Amino acid sequence: MSVRVNGQPCAVAPTGGQCLRGYLREQGWFGVKKGCDTGDCGACTVHVDGVPVHSCLYPAVRAVGREVTTIEGVAAVPGGAETQRRFLDAQGFQCGFCTAGFIMTAVALDEAQRADLPAALKGNLCRCTGYRSIADALHGVRTTEDAAPGEAVGRNLPAPAGPDIVTGAARFTADVSVPGLAHVRLVRSPLPHARIVDVDASAALAVPGVLAVLTHRDAPAALFSTAQHENADDDPADTRVLDDVVRHVGQRVAAVVAETEAAAEQGCALVRVDYRPLPAVTDPERAMRAGAPAIHGDKGARSRIARPAGNVAAELHGECGDVAAGFAAADVVYEETFRTQRVQHAHLETHCAIVSFDPDGRIVVRSSTQTPFLTRRALARIFDLPAERIRVVAGRVGGGFGGKQEMLVEDVALLAALRTGRPVKLEFTRAEQFTAATTRHPFTVRVRVGGRRDGTLTALRLRVVSDTGAYGNHGPGVLFHGCAESVAVYRCPATRIDAFAVYTNTVPAGAFRGYGLGQVSFAVESAVDELARRLGVAPEEFRARNVVRDGDDLVTPAGHAADLAIRSYGLDQCLDVVRAAAARPGTGPDAPAGWLVGEGSALAMIATGPPGGHHGQARLSLTPAGGYQLDVGTAEFGNGSTTVHRQIAADVLETTVDRIRVRQSDTALVGHDTGAFASTATTVAGTAVLRAATALRALLLDLAAGARPGADPAGLRLGPDAVHGGGAPLPLADLHRLAAARGTPPTATGHADGAERSVAFNVHWFRIAVDPETGEITVLRSVHAADAGTVLNPMQCRAQVEGGVAQALGATLAEHVRLDAGGRVTTTGFRDYHLPTFADVPRTEVHFARTADPVGPAGAKSMSESPFNPVAAAMANALRDATGVRFTDLPFTRDRVWHRLSGADGRHVPP
Amino acid sequence: MPVDLFTVQDVIAADADAWREGDRWLGGGTHLFAQPQPQVRRLRDLTTLAWPPLRVSPDPGEPGLDVAATCTVAELSRYAPPPCWPSLGPLIRDCCDAFLASFKVWNVATVGGNLCAALPAGPMISLVTAAAGSCLIRDLAGRQRRVPATGLVRDVGVTVLRPDEYLHTIRLPARVLGGRFALRRASLHPLGRSAALVVGHRDPDTGAVTLWVTAATRRPVGVALPGPPRPGELAELLDARIPAADWYDDVHGLPAWRRRMTLRLAEQVRAELARVTAP
Repeated sequence: MSVRVNGQPCAVAPTGGQCLRGYLREQGWFGVKKGCDTGDCGACTVHVDGVPVHSCLYPAVRAVGREVTTIEGVAAVPGGAETQRRFLDAQGFQCGFCTAGFIMTAVALDEAQRADLPAALKGNLCRCTGYRSIADALHGVRTTEDAAPGEAVGRNLPAPAGPDIVTGAARFTADVSVPGLAHVRLVRSPLPHARIVDVDASAALAVPGVLAVLTHRDAPAALFSTAQHENADDDPADTRVLDDVVRHVGQRVAAVVAETEAAAEQGCALVRVDYRPLPAVTDPERAMRAGAPAIHGDKGARSRIARPAGNVAAELHGECGDVAAGFAAADVVYEETFRTQRVQHAHLETHCAIVSFDPDGRIVVRSSTQTPFLTRRALARIFDLPAERIRVVAGRVGGGFGGKQEMLVEDVALLAALRTGRPVKLEFTRAEQFTAATTRHPFTVRVRVGGRRDGTLTALRLRVVSDTGAYGNHGPGVLFHGCAESVAVYRCPATRIDAFAVYTNTVPAGAFRGYGLGQVSFAVESAVDELARRLGVAPEEFRARNVVRDGDDLVTPAGHAADLAIRSYGLDQCLDVVRAAAARPGTGPDAPAGWLVGEGSALAMIATGPPGGHHGQARLSLTPAGGYQLDVGTAEFGNGSTTVHRQIAADVLETTVDRIRVRQSDTALVGHDTGAFASTATTVAGTAVLRAATALRALLLDLAAGARPGADPAGLRLGPDAVHGGGAPLPLADLHRLAAARGTPPTATGHADGAERSVAFNVHWFRIAVDPETGEITVLRSVHAADAGTVLNPMQCRAQVEGGVAQALGATLAEHVRLDAGGRVTTTGFRDYHLPTFADVPRTEVHFARTADPVGPAGAKSMSESPFNPVAAAMANALRDATGVRFTDLPFTRDRVWHRLSGADGRHVPP
Repeated sequence: MPVDLFTVQDVIAADADAWREGDRWLGGGTHLFAQPQPQVRRLRDLTTLAWPPLRVSPDPGEPGLDVAATCTVAELSRYAPPPCWPSLGPLIRDCCDAFLASFKVWNVATVGGNLCAALPAGPMISLVTAAAGSCLIRDLAGRQRRVPATGLVRDVGVTVLRPDEYLHTIRLPARVLGGRFALRRASLHPLGRSAALVVGHRDPDTGAVTLWVTAATRRPVGVALPGPPRPGELAELLDARIPAADWYDDVHGLPAWRRRMTLRLAEQVRAELARVTAP
C-alpha cells in the first residue's frame, strides 16, 4: 500500500514523524506550500480522500492507502477547474503563495460555508490582497479585461504568472529538486548579549549525516550590512556572517550542514556553546544613556555608525524657520508622545536560499530576494569573489514588503556551500521569521505642534527615536525617510527635528513597507488632528489649509533634496474625495446601539523613489518566431510589476501582451538593477522597459526601412505580427531573419537611473463604531484616495491599495511582535501574532486622482508602499472623534482600547 | 521541514507494545505536529483502537452521551442530538465555532486531543466542563479510572493524566444534557482565539444554575447556585471566586480586560438562562 497523489502511486513510503506536507513536497508536489508550520495559514491545504486538511498537521503515515489531491490535481475534482478560472478572472492573488490553499479550500466549501466566507476562510491567510479579490473570485466576479494591440496601458490586464499560480506550477524559491542537496540549520543565541568563548561541535559532528559545523572561526572577517541599497555605504557595516559576539536572542551562532534536515536539526541540538554573558539593554532610551553597554562599541569610523559608544546608529538634527517664534505665535500648542510597535512582514514565503554550482563552476544562489544584483555584490565583497563567479536568481517570490531587501540567509548558505562543496538549502521556519529575521522599526515620537485660530500651522517639533535592534540595517534610511515626507507635506513656517536610530539587544528591525513614514505620520497626523480640534477647526479643513501645493518646494529640517519635487499634484483631489465621502451620510452600516461613532482621516506623501539614484535595466528582443522577449532586472513579489512592464512594452511595440514573454530578477539577464524596493518597480524599472521598447521599435523600423528601400520610412508602422507600410506587410519573423543576416541582433536595452523623483499622495478616511464596554472597534466605512499619477492597471493598482490598507489595519488593530524583559521574542507563530483574516478586513472604497506625472512611465507614480501610511492615524483620529480620547500607542486592540476608555490605566479620560 | 517530527522513528498502534521513554499518544496529530517535539521517539496511534466516535451510553445506571477521545471535531459538529437534549446542538456548534482553527483542522483534530492539550482557550474543555462530563482514563495494563471533566485540567498544558495513560471517553450525563445551556465568548478579534468563554447551565427541574469560565483563567473555574441567580449575582460570585492573579495573562488579552469581559458575559448568560423556560 502506498500513498496515491493525484491518481499516481508514490514510490516512496512516508516515515515516522513526517507530516504530509513535508512528504508531498519531498515527492515533488511543490504546489503544496509551507507557510506557517502550525496549521494556521492554510497554504498547505490538500484533500485526503476528498476531505480538506492542513497537510502540515497531518501525519503522513496516515495517508497510506488513501488518495491525496493537491493543487496540481484539483482540475479533475468537480468544480476545481472552474474555481481556478475564477481566481484568474478576479485576479484573486498577488504573490500567489497562498493561492493553492485558497483554491483547495474553496473547492471543498458547501453552500452553507459559501454563505459565511469569513468563517469558512478563517484558516486561510493572505498577506497581499486584503481578501477583496479573493471574495470576488469566490463570487464569480470578473475584473480582468483584454486589450487590443497598443491599448494595454490603462486596462485591467491579468498578471502573466496567473495560470501557473492557480495550477501550482509556479516555482517559488524552494520549489525545485536539486540533486545532492544538503541542508543548513542554525544554532541561535539564547542570550541577548554575550561573547562566544568556545564552540564544541564534536557531538554534533558525530551525528550521522552531519557534514560540517561552521562558526565564527570559519566565517569571513568582513563587516557588512544585511540591508541592500544601491549605495552600499548607506547602512552601518556592523554584521558578520557568523560573529564571535551575539547581540540579540536568536542571533545565529553556528551553522550545521547535513545530508538531511533531521540530521542538521539534531546536530544543532548537540552544538555546545560557551558564552560569556555581557550586560544587555533592550530599551532605546536607556541605551542612549551614559553607562549603557555599547553594543557595537568595538567598531570604529569605518563602520559608519554615528556614535558607537552611545548606541546611536544614525541621527538627524535640524531646524528650518524659527521654531521658538512659531510656538510663541501659536494660539494653541499641543504636545504628546506617540509609539508604534514592532510588526513582522509575515510574507507567507519565509526567507530561503539554495546555493548550488553550475557546470562552469559558477555559484548559483537561488533566493527569495527583492534585490538579486545587490545581493550578488554583497556576497562577492564578503567572500572576496569576482561578481562574475556568482549568479543570484529569484524564483517567484512569495511576498516581501521590504523584508527581502535584506540578505538574511544567502551569506551563511554560501559559506556552507563553499565549505562543503555541496549544494545547500537554508529555509527559515515561521518561528525564525519572528525571532531572527527583521521587523518594522518601532518608533517613539514626541510631537509638539502649534497653530493659530485662523487655521494655520505655526511650528512643529519632533523628537524621534527608532529602535533598530541589534544591527543597523536600514536604521539610517528608515529614520531619515520617516522624518522627510511626513513633515514636508505641510507648509509649516518652522520645523525642528531631533532623531535617533538606536541600537538595542533585540531582534533587528529592517525595511518595511512605508520605510519609516507610517510610524512618523502616525504621530504627526494624530497631532495635527488634535491641534485642529483644540483650535476649533475641522481637522479636514485644517489639513487642506496647511498642506503643500503644486509648485511648492519640499523642505525639511534635513534640507532640500535637489532631485525631489512635486512634479504632479493630486493631493487636493484626494482630500476632496474624502470630504465628499464624509459629507455623504447614510452609506455603510449603522452602528450598534450604545456604541460610539466617529470619523477621522489622515494623509501621507511619498517620494516615487529613493534618494541617491536607483537603477533599472531592461532588455527587449525580437524572437525568431516574431514575438518578444523582455528581460528585466528587478524582482516581482506580487506587486504586479511584470503585468505593468508588459503593458508598457506592448503599447510601444503596437502589440498585445501575450506576445511578450518576461524573464526577471536574475543577474545573468542584464548588467545591473538596483531591485524592487522604494516603490520603484513601475517608476524606475518601468521607465527602463519603456526606453528598451522605444529603442527596439526604432531599431525594428530602421531594419524594415532597409528592407523596403523605396518606402517612406515615416510611413512604416509596427503591428503585432508585421511591419506595415510601403508594400506587403513584412512579418516580424522575417524581420528577425533579416536582422540575423545583417549581423544586427534585434535587441535593445533600456536604463533608468531614478535621478528625478516626484511625489505620490494618499488620504484615508474611516467611519467607525466603538463599543465602550468591550473596546471593540468596527469599521462602518473605509475610503481611500490615491494619487498614483496615470494608473496603468486600475485593477492591480486598486488591489495594491486594498492590500496596503489591510496590512496597515493589521498593524493598527492587531499585530504586535512582543519581547520579554530579556529581549526574547515571545510571539513566534500566527496563533500568537494575529494577521488580518477574511473576517478582519472591511471593504475599502478606492478612488484615484486624475493626474499625469512627467517623470514616471506613461505618467505613472508609485503606489505600493504608500497606501499603508495614513491608515493608523486615520483610525486614531476616528477613535478620538468617537470617544474623545486620544490614543497614542499602537495597536488598538480591544483590551487596550477598553483599558484606556474605562480609565483602568490611570490616565485621565475626558468626559 | 521543521514541523516534521525529526526524532520520531515509528508510529505504532496504541496498544502494540509496552510503554517506554519517548512514547507519546497520537490522536489527530494537529496539536503534536504544530510544534517541535524533540523528546518524542515513538507515537502510539489511538485512532487504531477504532472507538465509535459518538454513541448514547448503553449504561442504564448512567445514561448520557459517550464522546470518544478520538471523535473528531468535525464528527462532533455534525452530531444531531435527540429532542430530549434540546440545548446540546447549539452548545456543540458554539464550542466548535470557538476554535481559532479552520473547519479543515476539525476534520483531523480530536475532542480528546483538545482536552489533553489543556490550553485555556480549548473549546472542547469548555464543552465537557459545562456538560459535567466524566472522563474515562485508561492505561496499557487495562487499569481505568474516571475523573470529572471539571478536574481534568490542572494548569496550562497540564492534566491529571500520567504520560502512560490515555483519555478514552467523555460521558456527558443525560441529566445535564436535558437542561439549558447558554454560551458567550470574547476575543480580541472577530472569529479570533477565545480570551474569555462562559457557559451557563440551568437545570430544568430545580432551576439550579452552574457556570463555567474557560479561556480567561489558567484552568476552568465554576460557580453553582441552587436556584435562579438574581441579576449580577453570578458575576459577583465569580469575581469573589477568582483571585486577581488567576486571570490569564498572555497575548490574547490583558487580564483586567478578561476579567471585565468574563463578568459581563456571565451576566449575559444569566439573563439568557432566565429568559428560557424549562423544556
